[in-house]
Amino acid sequence: MTSNSEHFVAPVDETPLQATDSVKTDQAPVSLWADAWRKLRRRPMFIVSAFLILLLTTIALFPGLFTSVAPNNDCQLANSEGAPTAGHPLGFTLQGCDVYSRVIHGTQASLSVGVLSVICVVIIGVTFGALAGYYGGWLDAVLARVGDIFFALPIILGALVVTQLPFFRENRGVWTVVITISLLAWPQMARITRGAVIEVRNSDFVTAARSLGVSKFGALLKHALPNALAPIIVLATLELGVFIVLEATLSFLGVGLPTSVMSWGNDISAANASIRTTPGILLYPAAALSITVLSFIMLGDAVRDALDPKSRQR
Amino acid sequence: MTSADIRIDEATAPVKPILEIRDLAITFKTGSGEVKAVKNAHLTIMPGETVAIVGESGSGKSTTALAAIGLLPNNGRVSGGQILLDGEDISHAPEKRMIELRGSHIGMVPQDPMSNLNPVWKIGYQVRETLKANGRPDGPKDVARVLAEAGLPDAERRAKQYPHEFSGGMRQRALIAIGLSCQPKLLIADEPTSALDVTVQRRILDHLDTMTTELGTSVLLITHDLGLAAERADKVVVMYQGNVVEAGPSLELLRNPQHPYTRRLVESAPSLASRRIQVAKEQGVASGDLLAPVAADESRVQDDVLQIKNLRKVYKLRQGLGKSSDFAAVDDVSFNVKRGTTTAIVGESGSGKSTVAKMVLQLEKPTEGQIIFDDVDTAGLKGKELFKFRRRVQPIFQDPYGSLDPMYNIFRTIEEPLRVHKIGSAASREKKVRELLDQVALPQSMMQRYPNELSGGQRQRIAIARALALDPEVIICDEAVSALDVLVQAQVLNLLADLQDNLGLTYLFITHDLAVVRQIADHVCVMEKGKLVETGSTDDVFDNPREAYTQALLDAIPGGSLLLPPAVA
Repeated sequence: MTSNSEHFVAPVDETPLQATDSVKTDQAPVSLWADAWRKLRRRPMFIVSAFLILLLTTIALFPGLFTSVAPNNDCQLANSEGAPTAGHPLGFTLQGCDVYSRVIHGTQASLSVGVLSVICVVIIGVTFGALAGYYGGWLDAVLARVGDIFFALPIILGALVVTQLPFFRENRGVWTVVITISLLAWPQMARITRGAVIEVRNSDFVTAARSLGVSKFGALLKHALPNALAPIIVLATLELGVFIVLEATLSFLGVGLPTSVMSWGNDISAANASIRTTPGILLYPAAALSITVLSFIMLGDAVRDALDPKSRQR
Repeated sequence: MTSADIRIDEATAPVKPILEIRDLAITFKTGSGEVKAVKNAHLTIMPGETVAIVGESGSGKSTTALAAIGLLPNNGRVSGGQILLDGEDISHAPEKRMIELRGSHIGMVPQDPMSNLNPVWKIGYQVRETLKANGRPDGPKDVARVLAEAGLPDAERRAKQYPHEFSGGMRQRALIAIGLSCQPKLLIADEPTSALDVTVQRRILDHLDTMTTELGTSVLLITHDLGLAAERADKVVVMYQGNVVEAGPSLELLRNPQHPYTRRLVESAPSLASRRIQVAKEQGVASGDLLAPVAADESRVQDDVLQIKNLRKVYKLRQGLGKSSDFAAVDDVSFNVKRGTTTAIVGESGSGKSTVAKMVLQLEKPTEGQIIFDDVDTAGLKGKELFKFRRRVQPIFQDPYGSLDPMYNIFRTIEEPLRVHKIGSAASREKKVRELLDQVALPQSMMQRYPNELSGGQRQRIAIARALALDPEVIICDEAVSALDVLVQAQVLNLLADLQDNLGLTYLFITHDLAVVRQIADHVCVMEKGKLVETGSTDDVFDNPREAYTQALLDAIPGGSLLLPPAVA
């Protein structure tokens, strides 16, 4: 029979039949975060930036571990712009203060401005963005226009104006800088959150939760927002670096932190005068600033790659 | 074994095969090492012949076809065997040669008509592009001719339109036009109609048949539906886990399946199963023996748990400044659902069937009409009452990849309804989740896993478990099995039938697939363009369809023209 000679059947033992839709039980459960962590852990960019950030945090919290020289009290004009000596590895500033000690003690102000501003921006931006994206309608329209107004302001110009307000002028310190930055930088975060929430808002699992009896706001908190978190985290990490630069810029312009607070921005500003004679005084705080910003931006990039949903598809 | 076994004897058929795949192996480089997607594939296509590759997702059927046209993803390579096109081995042919062959020798019709046309170019331009690349005359007349041949009416005007102005069926016709424009000797059609409505699917496949027969083109058809494959192809190749497990002439394979996997396919593919029921009935066999146990117990009191009365839903369509017109998505629909039975709403996309489901679920408000659940009009439900209603009516959605929150593990997903409705203590809730997993036949060890680790069918079973958590009375399945492979479909349908038997559930089943309806439903409501055109018991509707539209839907079930003996298995 010709039909039989054409009928090919593979031996069954070559491809043993498995139960339909059988369950794989050999691997450990993987959540989104566990998966991202597994990917991050192997990336050199993440390892380097995480190490640097850990080091910077330690310096900021315990400057005493790294230097025993007081940054402000021991300044002697005799040492003005002095070359490095034993115990003072980076030399002296115009005022005769130890550069190394100032760089170490300046970390605290820069990092705390960055971290506090990011926290404020996340709180304001995510709240507004999530509400606007999830509920839409007039709320969305109003918040979008308010955001646009802030977008239209160049951030430095805006900061110059805000810091000259009487309240800010009289109470200059870490918090006034944080408030200034948060006030001007939240719309970016709101916009990203809004987009991410809109994307999730119409998913079946939100509808499913609603038909289970979860309230509309509950579904936002429990389902929509957690699924919109990835871009928020990435932007927050990147903005941390940007805000540290912004603080330094404001301090350099003389409207940021008061000179009584040690910060890299203030030091760079002060070193301006001696750039021709002793460039080192400028170089060291500037290098510290660059490394800090670079490590946060590198961290942001690594986190973005790890949380990329495209790489998670089955 | 090699392909030599299935090749037609050279003496009786001196014609050379157009495509011959021998012992093909394809390897993918992934993050976790090398994965063999295809281990041992072989098939032969003679000139003018249609051969179908059948298999579930992940069986390697599409990968095999992509290898034949040299379009494997960058991380994939042919790691063994040969692909002979007209006698020339193209398994490692340089890109330049493949570009020459594509279009003129091998054409391709891709799966998803929605994403495979470039939205910024006119249809005509995209056809012209293909003609030009292959050095054929590419004037407007030629473009129109190619489109007209693919069955696109008013081709000259249509060529000047953009893809978004086309319906899914028309887009697929345009893609077929592009695929066949240079009259290739071989056309690869990768699930060409799975994204389309059944009736459109039928028309397109009919037209493809006619065209390829006229041109003498060989077709390599890729599908997961054995019924469709057997109906459309001369030969069927069954693939499973990267291997060809069985190959042969279509009818021979259906009547006499040898490999256990093929047998399983023949037994449970809905299109074949529904066909079998129909044939059996025509021959006088009682359908009860063949049907899944859905026939409700006669002694059970059958009151109407859901009464839909004159339901209407009107959407406002914006038409320029300040103008709007009314569009009735659902128009004067009335039907009743008896407790403990399955009622199916059948229709094509745009027929309003999903809108009915959303209104029953209280996710949309009806414009007019009533939905009476257990003798209470649901329109008046607010706050606490609505909350209680949600407990009794639960949905299962179509897309198993979208209906589970990817951030929740399985335990939290199934527990959520219990937590929301404040039922039991933490310990009793965990016990309930374990019971539910048993009910849907999933291991309890799965509780700590996340949705992305599960297959589509497993996710759908999780969704069923979640829907069952609150012990509901009515479950609304919105295309709950449409996105699944045939075997998994059958498995989920059986699960649903078992659960109905054990728990006395009532199903409202929204689907476009009458083959599925035949297997599970007691009553059928056929909808067309927002209106209810026919209702009745499943047997009545299948045996004596009164409306032409119902008849067209019935005819569109793949495998309908196959004459199968009732007990093929």
